[in-house]
Amino acid sequence: MYIYDDYDQKIVDQRVAQYRDQTRRYLAGELTDDEFRPLRLQNGLYIQRLAPMLRVAIPYGHLRSAQVRKLAELARKYDKGYVHFTTRQNVQYNWPALENVPEMLAELATVQMHGIQTSGACIRNTTSDQFAGVAHDEIVDPRPWCEIIRQWSTFHPEFAHLPRKFKIAVNGAAEDRAAVLVHDIGINVKLNAAGEVGFEIYVGGGLGRTPMIGDLIKPWLEPKHLLTYLNAVLRVYNRYGRRDNKYKARIKILVKAMTPEAFAAKVEQEWAFEKDGPQTLTDAEIARNHRFFTAPAYETLPADDAEFVAAKAANPAFARWVERNVFAHKVPGYAAVTLSLKKTGVPPGDATDAQLDDVANLADRFSFGEVRVSHGQNLILADVKQSQLFALWEEAKRIGFATPNIGLLTDVICCPGGDFCALANAKSIPVAQAIQERFDNLDYLFDLGEIDVNMSGCINACGHHHVGNIGVLGVDKNNAEYYQITLGGRQGADAKIGKVIGPSFAQEEMPDVMSKIIDVFVANREGEERFIDVFDRIGAEPFKAKVYEGKPIRKEKADV
Amino acid sequence: MSNQLIINRDIVDNRWTRVVPDAEGGVSVPSEGAILVPYQYWLGHRDELAGREVAICFAPDDEPESLPVDANTFAMIACDFPVFTDGRGFSIGRLLRVRYGFTGELRAVGDVFKDTLNYLARCGFTAFEVRADKDINEAIKGIDDFTEFYQSSVDVPNPLFLRRPVTA
Repeated sequence: MYIYDDYDQKIVDQRVAQYRDQTRRYLAGELTDDEFRPLRLQNGLYIQRLAPMLRVAIPYGHLRSAQVRKLAELARKYDKGYVHFTTRQNVQYNWPALENVPEMLAELATVQMHGIQTSGACIRNTTSDQFAGVAHDEIVDPRPWCEIIRQWSTFHPEFAHLPRKFKIAVNGAAEDRAAVLVHDIGINVKLNAAGEVGFEIYVGGGLGRTPMIGDLIKPWLEPKHLLTYLNAVLRVYNRYGRRDNKYKARIKILVKAMTPEAFAAKVEQEWAFEKDGPQTLTDAEIARNHRFFTAPAYETLPADDAEFVAAKAANPAFARWVERNVFAHKVPGYAAVTLSLKKTGVPPGDATDAQLDDVANLADRFSFGEVRVSHGQNLILADVKQSQLFALWEEAKRIGFATPNIGLLTDVICCPGGDFCALANAKSIPVAQAIQERFDNLDYLFDLGEIDVNMSGCINACGHHHVGNIGVLGVDKNNAEYYQITLGGRQGADAKIGKVIGPSFAQEEMPDVMSKIIDVFVANREGEERFIDVFDRIGAEPFKAKVYEGKPIRKEKADV
Repeated sequence: MSNQLIINRDIVDNRWTRVVPDAEGGVSVPSEGAILVPYQYWLGHRDELAGREVAICFAPDDEPESLPVDANTFAMIACDFPVFTDGRGFSIGRLLRVRYGFTGELRAVGDVFKDTLNYLARCGFTAFEVRADKDINEAIKGIDDFTEFYQSSVDVPNPLFLRRPVTA
């Protein structure tokens, strides 16, 4: 893990002092609401439906156990005893008092954490693969590059007030678990035939009101040019991105308006002035960042632990958990474990202070003191010995984090929705829970196989509904909450935006609608086919026919 | 409009008269004294303004690339920040300094107050016309909100990684 030195610490400490002063001046009437809003947002503080909400950055999803304990402590001290993990590898407090936020940030700074650029029209927290560094299918570890980007983007003076928010994701594995194609900039770290590292740069992906898949604008970028090239992209966006209409202000609109080719050419032109400038990465700096992400003290172990294999054979519930929640590790004898935050009856992504303390203890005991957060809103222990999986499973069960549903229908990705978020048009948590309750039979869930269900309470798409195999979007119709269904979305290397199937449904209809969609899938499935493969084969029509069967036909403009 | 501004960390009297178009776009230029005029106005009235002590003010959508003369023709260049959340002026400032080698006074005008000064300074601004309703003595402290930076900037061209002692 990256560890702050005096420079990093000074920057975060100075931010705490700056924000403390800004809060003081706001409360004293020296800063207006309009002035304070962008300032507090760039520190992660929203004013929400019921209370302020503080978003804390978890750079590329990595936490140490001491940091997890601090998150728990703050939840107890300043909030209602729980936190919410988001799809952006951030963590949110839903009930802090505005007056307490400077103190919360000061406490976070003691464990090298902060709320810098977790919101606002600036470069946001860089995200990555939750299995970075341990994935069996990894080509290049993306973390040193994420850290280099984190530093470059933190308080970048030129890009402090962009047209809109700006999100960067980095992936280094064969499978894309960082959703690079739906980010403002998506980076695939690659190896060429000579074994050299390089970057593939996508620009202009994103969800929200106008979902788009990013375009490849640079098939191969040498590592030393990473920051000067990013600088060029951001400068073109900062100067030419639309500022007259916030719905057309994301870089994707600029890229499409210019055409990806013209945008790429403009970036090249800009880059010509930047290239080889002082921000060009040195070998020493690249090496320095890599030193923070070396392998922990792994033991030399057999590829298959005999006791683990025996436990699986003897205990079907354990075997089921292993099948869903344990991910293949690149080091023999180790595994990466996903602790599910998707237990039925609990808002997806929520964890209590006691659970956080327990997770910190599990990390110390089983995984070199490290915890990760996935964009699927679950927690990961990345380096667990196979021989300890059974013991870990029993502990995880005790704290309610062992639901064996990763990748299944109840592993719903879900934003906080209308229960908490001021932007939301509809609640999402109760709908997610109703769906989880409807499909609470584990055997049935297992039989259904992998289905990504993503829910957003509004068009901003924090729940990434467009890329869910089944997407649910909360919409407002005459002040009533309705839900629109998209089918066929997916993330990863073949990312695709789902299509709206028709008019939306009332909240109480949603479990039945979900059941009908699943019934069509089951009736048409061949063998062990995945939902998304069945959808690709039979198309949307059979699903539409079933869910709208007997319903009066009404026209409605698709809101996607 | 306040008659004082910050130049090179000092609070001094403003000797330039800023000319701002009226609601209909009309520009009324005082007959004497140093004047700061909109860049587009200067482009269209260069001949009339010849011989005057003139500075130009870039709007956020102006392009310094289009400047037909050496930037150092001017003793002072300003960038307007109509709202502080419009960050285009940051890029204009940086381009003027780094790409066009402007060495004179680079002034931020408009929605300028304490919380933007650090970023502005790092983009090459050396003068700050703080909004009249804000306390200039308080605002000046904002220049030093941060004293250590990761990235390359105009005031500290070398990024932190070139300044950080190399540890084993």
